[in-house]
Amino acid sequence: MTLSSSALRRNLPQCGALIAVLLANWLLFPDFFSIRVQDGRLFGSLIDVMNRGAPVALLAIGMTMVIATRGVDLSVGAVMAISGAIAATMTQAGWSLPPVLLVSLGAGLLCGLWNGVLVAVLRIQPIIATLILMVAGRGIAQLITEGQIVTFVSPGLAAIGSGAVLTVPTPVVLTAATLAVTALLVRATALGLMIESVGVNRLSSAYAGVNTPVILIAVYVWCGLCAAVAGLIVTADIRGADANNAGLWLELDAILAVVVGGTSLLGGRFGLLMSIVGAAIIQAMNTGILLSGFKPEFNLIVKAAVLMVVLLAQSPALSLLLPRPRSPANALPIAAKVTSNAPGKAHKEGSAQ
Amino acid sequence: MIQRFLPLIVTMMVLVVGFLLCAVQFPNFASLRVVGNLLTDNAFVGIAAAGMTFVILSGGIDLSVGAVIGFTTVLLAVLIEQAGLHPAVAFAVALAVATGFGAAMGAVIHWFQMPPFIVTLAGMFIARGVSFVLTTDSIPINHPLYSDLNDVAWRFAAGGRLSLPAMLMLGVFGLSMLLAHWTRFGANIYALGGNRHSAELMGVPVARTTVAVYALSGLLAGLAGIVFSLYTGAGYSLAATGVELDTITAVVIGGTQLTGGYGLVLGTFGGVLIQGLIQTYITFDGTMSSWWTKIAIGVLLFVFILLQKGLLAVWSDRGGEPAEA
Repeated sequence: MTLSSSALRRNLPQCGALIAVLLANWLLFPDFFSIRVQDGRLFGSLIDVMNRGAPVALLAIGMTMVIATRGVDLSVGAVMAISGAIAATMTQAGWSLPPVLLVSLGAGLLCGLWNGVLVAVLRIQPIIATLILMVAGRGIAQLITEGQIVTFVSPGLAAIGSGAVLTVPTPVVLTAATLAVTALLVRATALGLMIESVGVNRLSSAYAGVNTPVILIAVYVWCGLCAAVAGLIVTADIRGADANNAGLWLELDAILAVVVGGTSLLGGRFGLLMSIVGAAIIQAMNTGILLSGFKPEFNLIVKAAVLMVVLLAQSPALSLLLPRPRSPANALPIAAKVTSNAPGKAHKEGSAQ
Repeated sequence: MIQRFLPLIVTMMVLVVGFLLCAVQFPNFASLRVVGNLLTDNAFVGIAAAGMTFVILSGGIDLSVGAVIGFTTVLLAVLIEQAGLHPAVAFAVALAVATGFGAAMGAVIHWFQMPPFIVTLAGMFIARGVSFVLTTDSIPINHPLYSDLNDVAWRFAAGGRLSLPAMLMLGVFGLSMLLAHWTRFGANIYALGGNRHSAELMGVPVARTTVAVYALSGLLAGLAGIVFSLYTGAGYSLAATGVELDTITAVVIGGTQLTGGYGLVLGTFGGVLIQGLIQTYITFDGTMSSWWTKIAIGVLLFVFILLQKGLLAVWSDRGGEPAEA
């Protein structure tokens, strides 16, 4: 299929970057790929990368859906703080695990619903609509914990962060399950197509019979749910809720993971698996810097450098500048992409009037 | 005409009514001392927000301002305390570096056709990262010029003072209004934010304007960093975390559309002061916790955005269907 070969070509920079980062880790730390079983749980640097990367990967799954509709969700970090605060406070107050999980996930769902209604019904630009919850959400989380760092003792809840299912750490299992469910929902049904069509052009999708408000709200609700799960994992891992710092700046890491994975911020095309690869690249770099004994202060600079390299490799401007053998089939989407930018469309509408 | 000024009028009315409500509850609130402190405490946010206004008017966004402020404080501390440079020289170096950094981001945004959101996000990582590499400690700055500059103030007879940072902020807003509303550069920014393609066809130098807008934002973030380092007397790599959000919030509350091309610099000034007012109120009250600040600002954001949507719906010929962003 031509689709798979072009997809392979498109995903080459990310896969290459992941392999390069993993190889660099292996060179710096020869035991990087060794995995052992201890106390009924897998251990090893590679497992550690997956375990530590789980929250960002979860956020990236929801964020991919949102970005595919040409939106963005800045509130996921705050939603993590809210769900974590609820879980810790309720557990401390003596509630058992099922209601705690239900209410925490329900809060994430409500947050997503709020964002979705603002974007879909009130037609507020996603970046501002979610900015509201990003600013207010951390305040709400602090309201729940009353400004304290709430700690709890509950083996059940803690198992979500540090337990293992069949020797695989629970956060990794949860992430894989979320990925599987999401992929099934969007790729085994027409949902993914509709999400992409809303991202390409909301108005014409509506004319074509796509129920755009429902699609948009569903996407933001899903993103809120993913954030709530990520918040539970982080809270369960440290056995406490820190409303100030839980999920702080993780929305940026999640957006980074999605963009590094090759999903365009202009919407219309998304790769779920590639977003996970993006999250893995980020986490593998973090772990690698720690293992190598480099000062963690270099973390941000290396992250920015890799981000720029991967993005430049995808930049339409660069691929036009560099003489590269391209078949007409490949050249067409790039040209179409350049002319289909919003200003260009507006111009065409303007000249037609 | 009223259409253009109504968001500004609403912002200013909220500011005045809010101030009056505070004054009714706390009689000491309505004093020059409180107003002077309000201006001083929010000076660095205000200066950075003025730069952010230009970026947003041009249809972009700059997530790097908080990190650039932090970086500037660290750079100043290192240059003055460790390299022994005179603060005046250090100020010039810091402003030049910050401006160059902004210009570089603008160049990448324009020539590589990359979204400003992502480029300035990378810029934020780089600026924070370089500050971490320079130092992770908080370095106090003990140069005598710092205490001299902090003593520069216009004292009122009734008590209270207009400090140097406050004067700088007022000056920056004055110059920014001139630049935005009475120069060709300002007109170009509005044109670019309104519709990039038609601006290009009309002969607006898109490349030069884009680079200049981000350079200006960098310059003002650098100046905000200098003010912040005067204000705290130290350089710290984690300083001004999240200030980019405060500035974006101030711009939105000030009535500027995040889609670009529509808004006024003076509105941003109002937005900065409204945020400062909420914080001052909570300090005065004494029983409320600081998280109410965040919730109140979130609610205000929501109300202002709804208000703008409502205004657009009333005035738009297309019956309130805003263009797909």
